[in-house]
Amino acid sequence: MKHSCMLSIGPASFRIGSPWRAPIDALRELYAAYPPVKSGIADYTVRLEPAGTGRRWFRPSIAIAGDHMLADAAPMALRHGLLAAEMGMNLQMALGWRRHLLIHASSAEKDGQALIMTGESGSGKSTLAAMLGECGWRFMGDEFALIDLVTGSIHSFPRLVSLKNAAIDVMRGIVKAPARFGPLMEATPKGDIAHLVPPADAILHMRDPAEPALLLFPRFGFASELRGVSKGEAFVRLTQASTNYVALGEAGFHALHHFVDTVPAMALDYANGEEALAAIDQLWEVRS
Amino acid sequence: MVDGQTLYYRDSADAVVEHDLDGLRLVFHRPSGITHIIASPLPEIWSLLDEQGCSAEALWRQLSDHYDLEGDSTGLVQHLDALATLGLARLQR
Amino acid sequence: MSAHLLVMLLRTPERAEALNAAQWNGVIATARAERLLATLAYRLKGQVAPDALGPILESARFDAEYEKRLALWEADRAMAALAPLDVPVLLLKGAAYVAASLKAGEGRMIGDLDILVSYERIGEVEAALLAAGWEWVKPDPYDDAYYRQWMHELPPLIHRERDRMIDVHHTILPLTARPMPDAQALLADAVRLPNGLCLLSPEDRVCHAVAHMLADGDLDGGLRNLWDISCLISEIDNISALESRARHHGLHMHLARACRLVDHLYGKGKMRLTWADRLFVRRLLARNNWGSDSRKFLGLGFYVRSHLLRMPPLMLARHLWTKWRNGHRPI
Repeated sequence: MKHSCMLSIGPASFRIGSPWRAPIDALRELYAAYPPVKSGIADYTVRLEPAGTGRRWFRPSIAIAGDHMLADAAPMALRHGLLAAEMGMNLQMALGWRRHLLIHASSAEKDGQALIMTGESGSGKSTLAAMLGECGWRFMGDEFALIDLVTGSIHSFPRLVSLKNAAIDVMRGIVKAPARFGPLMEATPKGDIAHLVPPADAILHMRDPAEPALLLFPRFGFASELRGVSKGEAFVRLTQASTNYVALGEAGFHALHHFVDTVPAMALDYANGEEALAAIDQLWEVRS
Repeated sequence: MVDGQTLYYRDSADAVVEHDLDGLRLVFHRPSGITHIIASPLPEIWSLLDEQGCSAEALWRQLSDHYDLEGDSTGLVQHLDALATLGLARLQR
Repeated sequence: MSAHLLVMLLRTPERAEALNAAQWNGVIATARAERLLATLAYRLKGQVAPDALGPILESARFDAEYEKRLALWEADRAMAALAPLDVPVLLLKGAAYVAASLKAGEGRMIGDLDILVSYERIGEVEAALLAAGWEWVKPDPYDDAYYRQWMHELPPLIHRERDRMIDVHHTILPLTARPMPDAQALLADAVRLPNGLCLLSPEDRVCHAVAHMLADGDLDGGLRNLWDISCLISEIDNISALESRARHHGLHMHLARACRLVDHLYGKGKMRLTWADRLFVRRLLARNNWGSDSRKFLGLGFYVRSHLLRMPPLMLARHLWTKWRNGHRPI
């Protein structure tokens, strides 16, 4: 691995290796404000590998590899190298992390308490968290919310925000500093993608946990509606949204039960970001 | 024990951890690591099982003492078999 | 280099103190690739090592505990399914090691459930498992016919709800392979645990591990297999009993090789290695600092060799040709 870098994101650390320089340069630039990995020892290894013989130079194509790998993953174009690296890191967390209960959710903190938003791809959870991060909240993560197995606190995993398609323009309208955006990657398997560096305070306070106060199931592109979600429904939906609930066994069972028992849950349908933010503000005012 | 009768029993109490949530029973089964979500009448039936073993008839009688039941023990056998399939109960023919 | 360091640490964990961060990164990646991280974690308990290693090793041990629980539950379910047949459930490999609390089971990552049953009863066993919720993995009729005629096991089965596989063996090497172990003797001399599960006798366990590694596989996971063999042999009282048992199964040459490799990697390094042994060692240690297999060409050679051991060359050609036509490509 000719080129490499090490990254520290929340409680996790990674080393990423690549025979091509460009993805590593992009990572170094976008993660410049993040703390170094002091011990020099990474929790996980991610490797970008040439997909097939000769693919290092001829029509270069990347296979994502590392400690944890997916057998049938389709190779990616070199110009999407940054995305491949991010996907590689996500994969290590999703398949390997055991130190917290991992929920596929975005989160943001205000007054020491956390809002957790979980839903399918396209629910808008990433964009909402990014927007909250720009208007008085501390962004904690767009992909994974980490629940402490003992205390139930939420821990931050503030990787680069992955913005898709229309969300890219939305955030360009809000975040004026162009240096906070990574390159536009067109026609990836998930559409157009651009990464957004989280705000400075999100990076500065990435090791600060927060107490969960509200769980939201957002749904983008529907007429505005808010309804309560029962504990039973929340429990089942969260087991489906968790990548490591099963692997955590009894500890996961207790942590999830405690979470669902103590954190109120609502389902929010919304037609646009402003609507959702207004609804969130109202809910936050009246939270217990 | 009557000849030809199936006995149903369960592992010791510390094989599981239980929580109630919204009228559902969450059961974490330690030996398998599987979380089960069971709804009435399974929790009621299951709580009557013990480590010694009991026939469906005997369980039916116990249930009748506590609840208003119709019919006979045939439906109960289906529920017991469901519990056995989940691994929460065992049977001995 | 990292594979050498990994092996060194397994052999002499007290040397952990001397490693720097870059070396640890290499060792961890290699250990993960070789499925030896949890084993390493157990070996390193109490040794001086950087703080950052703590959570990594703890997670590895946690995963091994979880795998152990899952393996024992699968064994429990197999027993429940086969109880009406009065067929003993004889566990092989990882599940056996954890069921009997053997040293080889410490930190073992397990995977599928492997059991051994007698050839005469395999039809009934198959039927009972299918009735209890297992189903076939591969519906390819060529594979199926090949399995039934030549292999030492049924085509793979997976449980419909639990999504876990079970491999039902009737002997420990394919019927086309040159050593012909005595399957009946394996069953006859099995050891029974208090909970009703069975496993091979201590000598047969070693023979199986040796057969599995050298005569059957392509050395994928070889470092872990050799570690298993090393642990199993350490719990044998009478080495000459082991040697004569291996001779009985036609595995004495393979056992001898395994012993030389174990001595070289995990022991005192006193035995002389043959030229072929050294080739094996190169293959086994072929991982770079990033955890990838650094000997692609050598890897292919071993794949072909392992198939050769399983099948006479003419059959091999026909088998590979059919596989090729169906779109499978080795490595």
